[in-house]
Amino acid sequence: MEDEQSFSDISGGRLSLQRRYYTQSCREFCLNCPRLSLRSLTAVTCTVWLVAYGLFALCENSMILSSAIFITLIGLLGYLHFVKIDQETLLIIDSLGIQMTSSYASGKESTTFIEMGKVKDIVINEAIYMKVIYYLCILLKDPLEPQEISQVVPVFQRRDEKEMKTCSTTSPFVKFPPAGEDSRLEPRSLSL
Amino acid sequence: MVLKAFFPTCCASADSGLLVGRWVPEQGFAVVLAVVHFPFIPLQVRELLARVQRASQVGLAVLGTWCHRRREPEESLGRFLEGLGALFTHKPWLQLSREPDSRRWNCKVSSPGAPCGEDQVMLIFYDQRQVLLAQLHPPATLPDRRAGDATATAAEGGLAAVFHTVARSEALFQSDRFDEGPVRLTHWQSEGVEASILVELAKWASGPVCLLLSSLLSLLSWLSTWRLCRLCPLAFLCSKLCTCQQLRLRLQHLQLVFSTQKAEDPAQLMRKANTLVSVLLDVALGLALLSWLHREDRIGQLADALVPVADRVAEELQQLLEWLMGAPAGLKMNRALDQVLGRFFLYHIHLWISYIHLMSPFVERILWHVGLSACLGLTVALSLLSDILALLTFHIYCFYVYGARLYCLKVCGLSSLWRLFRGKKWNVLRQRVDSCSYDLDQLFIGTLLFTILLFLLPTTALYYLVFTLLRLLVVAVQGLIHLLVDLVNSLPLYSLGLRLCRPYRLAAGVKFRVLERESDGPLRLLMQINPLPYSHVVHNFRLPSCGCHPRQSWSSLCRKLFFGELIYPWRQRGDKQD
Repeated sequence: MEDEQSFSDISGGRLSLQRRYYTQSCREFCLNCPRLSLRSLTAVTCTVWLVAYGLFALCENSMILSSAIFITLIGLLGYLHFVKIDQETLLIIDSLGIQMTSSYASGKESTTFIEMGKVKDIVINEAIYMKVIYYLCILLKDPLEPQEISQVVPVFQRRDEKEMKTCSTTSPFVKFPPAGEDSRLEPRSLSL
Repeated sequence: MVLKAFFPTCCASADSGLLVGRWVPEQGFAVVLAVVHFPFIPLQVRELLARVQRASQVGLAVLGTWCHRRREPEESLGRFLEGLGALFTHKPWLQLSREPDSRRWNCKVSSPGAPCGEDQVMLIFYDQRQVLLAQLHPPATLPDRRAGDATATAAEGGLAAVFHTVARSEALFQSDRFDEGPVRLTHWQSEGVEASILVELAKWASGPVCLLLSSLLSLLSWLSTWRLCRLCPLAFLCSKLCTCQQLRLRLQHLQLVFSTQKAEDPAQLMRKANTLVSVLLDVALGLALLSWLHREDRIGQLADALVPVADRVAEELQQLLEWLMGAPAGLKMNRALDQVLGRFFLYHIHLWISYIHLMSPFVERILWHVGLSACLGLTVALSLLSDILALLTFHIYCFYVYGARLYCLKVCGLSSLWRLFRGKKWNVLRQRVDSCSYDLDQLFIGTLLFTILLFLLPTTALYYLVFTLLRLLVVAVQGLIHLLVDLVNSLPLYSLGLRLCRPYRLAAGVKFRVLERESDGPLRLLMQINPLPYSHVVHNFRLPSCGCHPRQSWSSLCRKLFFGELIYPWRQRGDKQD
């Protein structure tokens, strides 16, 4: 069973959230990020090449032009492989664990799996970055001290608050507090 | 809790039979290790399981039945399998079945008290060979944790128990399809036990070779300790030279690799393998360098270029000193002190040039022998280069020491006389500054000396600055060479190669993929190994280097420079204080 909704992120790009229901004990949330825009790519390439041509006009050395092409290619490949995320997926399997996958534009996939025994709680945390941003994060247990928290793992990067609410209300494992309460004061703990 | 049945992918096409494995009740894991085929005698199955349990300390049991219908549905088989549930009592009892033409899987669990239903079981497929060979590396180990805590005990966290079960049950995987045993099993080695002739030959040959080499190496190390203890100046020199440190390190590495003891845990095995690959690479690179040097008489060219270069450096230094003796950068120096220091250093340079010219007939011979040492390894050649550089710039080092000592004396005198000027003194007993009443003549002479030292400060400070910069330049070049040597010494190439070619061996964790689901079948997941990222591989398996890193921070370095204390950037462990 699939369900799709559209949102927009902080910088205004289009995002789409897909929710897949496999069984009662397994759900998946898939977030598609805005693609690489041709406009920004053309702008960056033109800037780099104009600068290189300017330097060439000064120095009369053709190595500058070939190195500019080289730098543009390597930079684009590095950006696609290490920075540009195409899709992020959150797979929740009851009593087994939570898996987060990021697939990059070059096809690379990086996966993290957190066992349910290590999860202490899932909370919505607030950060201030020009305005207040809410992000979902998972609190992990400290292996030596069961009451303490060892790590805070943010689930998605820089997404909208509405998606967090959607993720949390449609999942059977997390219960969101009633809409009337003010959620800006402190991180709300979501029961698993 | 949902029951999670771990099923090996190699058994997905096996004939019907019994499921044998381990049940972990705390997490609800049923780890299936093998399928026992008909015909079997229940007593022999129980004996086999008891035998494997004694060998591996892992509690095995018959977990349920597996039904793979190849032809039309056989009702009798179904009832027979259900009857087996009464024979091997295990709670909960798992019943897996598979249709041949449609890819439908069925899964039923009957446990006492709980209602059995389709939603209560999850099928997780795993590749048995990969899980057997993988070593789990937990992602974040806290500094006060004991090593080996995380994956050793099966009582700890979830999926590590699965890995532990499969890894310890090797005794179960030793019989294959072609054996004529009483019990027929299907598991990852049932098509035949994997082995390689080369590996077996190497294992057989390694015993005597290791014995021979380790005795040779122990003889060598005993010789080196004996000689060094006897001749004191030699011992001092050896502790200062990089080459001797590097040779000692390599001797230690070779002793580790060829030791006759077997490695106790996987970490030690990896270290041995990394060390061996590092030594082999070192020797290969050294031989390449040697062949390059001896081609086209490059050594001769190098020797011919060396003496003019040393001459040139000395000339530049002379010009620098003439400049300092004049009016450097428009500053006005104290004439007399300037002339004294300048002439002193010029005389030193003159001595140095004479020494170099004395050595020039022998340079080519020396370089040829030095080039030959590259066959011991590239690191040895680079350390020799660093030592030769240190020897050739010895005069710069001497100048730096003179300048630093003079400056240090001056600064100490100035600070103490400044205290006198203000009417205070340093109390050695209490380690603090106390007020003190001086006599008039003490005050008079103290102030006079203070004035003299203060006005001579710029001259000394300038000489100190110039020679410190030169010394730092030489130290920087030596530092680069050391960095390269360190890189070759400590890079874990075997681990990196393993991560490249067999990524499932070094596991950071697992990842799951949801397989396509039939309408009312159970949830099926595929469990794969998530390999360790390259940065973690390098960080975890890095070989210990000889510790030749600058140990002080930038702030303490600046402090030492300001007060004129001598800097020893390459202080080795266990060095004598100079």
